[in-house]
Amino acid sequence: MTTINTQPLDRPAIEGDNYLTHSRGFLSWILTLDHKRIGVMYLVSVLACFLLGGLFALAVRTQLLVPDGLIMDQDQYNQAFTLHGGIMVFLVIIPGIPAALGNFVLPIMLGAKDVAFPRLNLFSYWLWIVGAIFLVVSIFAGLDTGWTFYTPYSIDQNSAMGGVIPAVTGAFLLGFASIFTGMNFIVTIHRLRPDGMTWFRMPLFLWSLYATAVIQVLATPVLGITLALLAVERAFGIGIFNPALGGDPVLFQHFFWFYSHPAVYIMILPAMGVVSELIAVHSHRHIFGYHFIAWSSIAIAIFSFLVWGHHMFTSGQSPLMNVIFSFITFSVAIPSAVKVFNWLATMYKGSISWNTAMLYGMGFIFLFLIGGLTGLYLGTLATDVYLHDTYFVVAHFHYTMMGSALIGFIGGLHHWWPKITGKMFNENAGRIAFFLFLIGYNMTFFTQFMLGSHGMPRRYATYPADAGFQNYNIISTIGSYLMAISFFMMAGYFIASIFGGKRAAANPWGGRSLEWQCSSPPPHDNFSEQPAVGDCYDFSVLRWDEATQGYVWREDVEHPGHHTEEAAHA
Amino acid sequence: MSSKNHEHGAVGHIVPIKMLVGTCLALLVLTAVTVWVAKLDFVELRMHEMNILVAMGVAVIKCTIVGMIFMHLRWDRSFIGFVFVGSILFVAVFIGFALLDTSEYQPSIIPGDTPTIQQKLDALDTSMAAGAVSGDHGDAAH
Ligand code: HEM
Ligand SMILES: [Cu+2]
Repeated sequence: MTTINTQPLDRPAIEGDNYLTHSRGFLSWILTLDHKRIGVMYLVSVLACFLLGGLFALAVRTQLLVPDGLIMDQDQYNQAFTLHGGIMVFLVIIPGIPAALGNFVLPIMLGAKDVAFPRLNLFSYWLWIVGAIFLVVSIFAGLDTGWTFYTPYSIDQNSAMGGVIPAVTGAFLLGFASIFTGMNFIVTIHRLRPDGMTWFRMPLFLWSLYATAVIQVLATPVLGITLALLAVERAFGIGIFNPALGGDPVLFQHFFWFYSHPAVYIMILPAMGVVSELIAVHSHRHIFGYHFIAWSSIAIAIFSFLVWGHHMFTSGQSPLMNVIFSFITFSVAIPSAVKVFNWLATMYKGSISWNTAMLYGMGFIFLFLIGGLTGLYLGTLATDVYLHDTYFVVAHFHYTMMGSALIGFIGGLHHWWPKITGKMFNENAGRIAFFLFLIGYNMTFFTQFMLGSHGMPRRYATYPADAGFQNYNIISTIGSYLMAISFFMMAGYFIASIFGGKRAAANPWGGRSLEWQCSSPPPHDNFSEQPAVGDCYDFSVLRWDEATQGYVWREDVEHPGHHTEEAAHA
Repeated sequence: MSSKNHEHGAVGHIVPIKMLVGTCLALLVLTAVTVWVAKLDFVELRMHEMNILVAMGVAVIKCTIVGMIFMHLRWDRSFIGFVFVGSILFVAVFIGFALLDTSEYQPSIIPGDTPTIQQKLDALDTSMAAGAVSGDHGDAAH
């Protein structure tokens, strides 16, 4: 805890000083221990990877415009979807919310100066960068295994192209970065909660980050082991997963999915936490069923470890395991549905502000509903045998990963943008981009449900001209172009806001969790004195203030008051 | 924590010899159980998954005993013990399920590496052409 005590908490904030202007120079960023700057660096890196992964996605979609493929040969196509998938999973969605937004927001929500281990935090970032470089370098080596690295293909020197070992090394390092972030968050939430913030007074975003961190710490080591075994097998020909050497390829799938199914909850849980904040704050109504939402995060984290076999129904997995995994898979739907109903109940009779962030919150509910429900078809043995490895699966996981996890990230980015940069973006541009996104998104992926149920397999560079697939593919590709436009719009108004945006008030949306009590952008130390903790979803004490263009305390309501003594870390 | 104690402050708690011996005996008995179970032929009893389930169960109990008593977690904050035992349980679930599955599908594996399988299929093809194989096997050849 000594790291926290180096400066007294009650040092008054210097007027006009914030974390962006606190110190200057390149080194002051790349060697910073400030969780806010590390969060921003993660954010920029993740968005850069999103651009790269997005370009590969457009390449894949363009290829499929015509049955014989428009722009790539078979090998190039395999590489394109591998890089798209690998980058989006390991470099965008997994670090997106926890490492970028979470790093920025979590300590402030706790009224703390920083995370528990700031150096570990910086180390995590640089480890991530090295891992990312390894992964991206494998592009040039021609990695083409898909993001799942399935054996025996990935260990067969003759058929799989190169790049497996650098890619696997990259994913290994990224895994460590993720574990460090998770450990940091667990310790921070346990040790640095301020006076008065009991577990059940924490904002729900923190509950979801906590549940995510538990998964990160428990599951990611298994990925590390798996990939290490894979690399050893490929490099030295030791028989672990390759049947030609006496290994067992189904075992690889067990190893891989024991990490990767929980990993899909590493992606979705933080997004659910963001959405809990978005819905409550922008509906200006107390969150409904706080305890249910909090516990369902924990329930999801635990259940997520027991269902990995649903990815292996057709792998040769035994009928006994198939039945067990199918059965448990359905149970995951329960805590997910609990959350959806509670969000809807929160909105009911709320006074909803149609802010861009809120639109993304509602978009999440809509798209996650489709993603989650189609998961049930895939969890059903009889239907999955038909749907497995078709575009139906592709559509399902895009509804959950892009339509839900990424939407949560983008919604959170809009929500906390004024806090991070101190500037307001153009709301109308935001709304237009949202609707463009929503239309493009559903054009792209809803058609893929049809393609899948009509039998189009995934991961093929071409398709038969007479199978009736082409029209759907054309709609899908046009949709992806619309989405691309909406993302470029987003980049446009975000960048414009940095240079010409209006100054953001401390509390532009009317939130009550602690991050809205410090200035935008926050000062280097976050708070000059420890903020008072109240019910972070009781919005009745706030009113809109025209002069500052933000929400302030109502004069007729007593402020819980300040106490600087007995800081949280005592 | 209790850093105020002199020299041996870090030790904190000393487990009575009796308890250590008891724990040791318990571990030995459990080891014996594992060995004994491995010798039982559960396949004959039509419960061939039991080997793994029992072995993993015993392993979890042993880990818990070692962690809780030898490693003093019982006398530390209960949350730490909870995390420890929870992690062990997850390892058990992971290894247990994976092995359970492996032993379940073993009988349906065609032995040999890939070329042999191709030969088997070819053989199946010819025998089918000869009309010797019927029903299920016919489908598998195509
Ligand atoms: C809510 C309940 C959910 C259920 C019941 C469910 C069920 C399934 C099943 C059974 C499959 C395997 C399909 C197959 O390969 O034949 C699958 C695939 C997949 N799901 Fe879900 N899912 C759910 C939510 C999610 C979420 C929230 C995410 C991500 C954020 C997700 C991401 C994926 C991915 C990435 C795949 C395919 C991976 C691959 O083969 O490349 N799912 N899902
Ligand atoms: Cu899954």
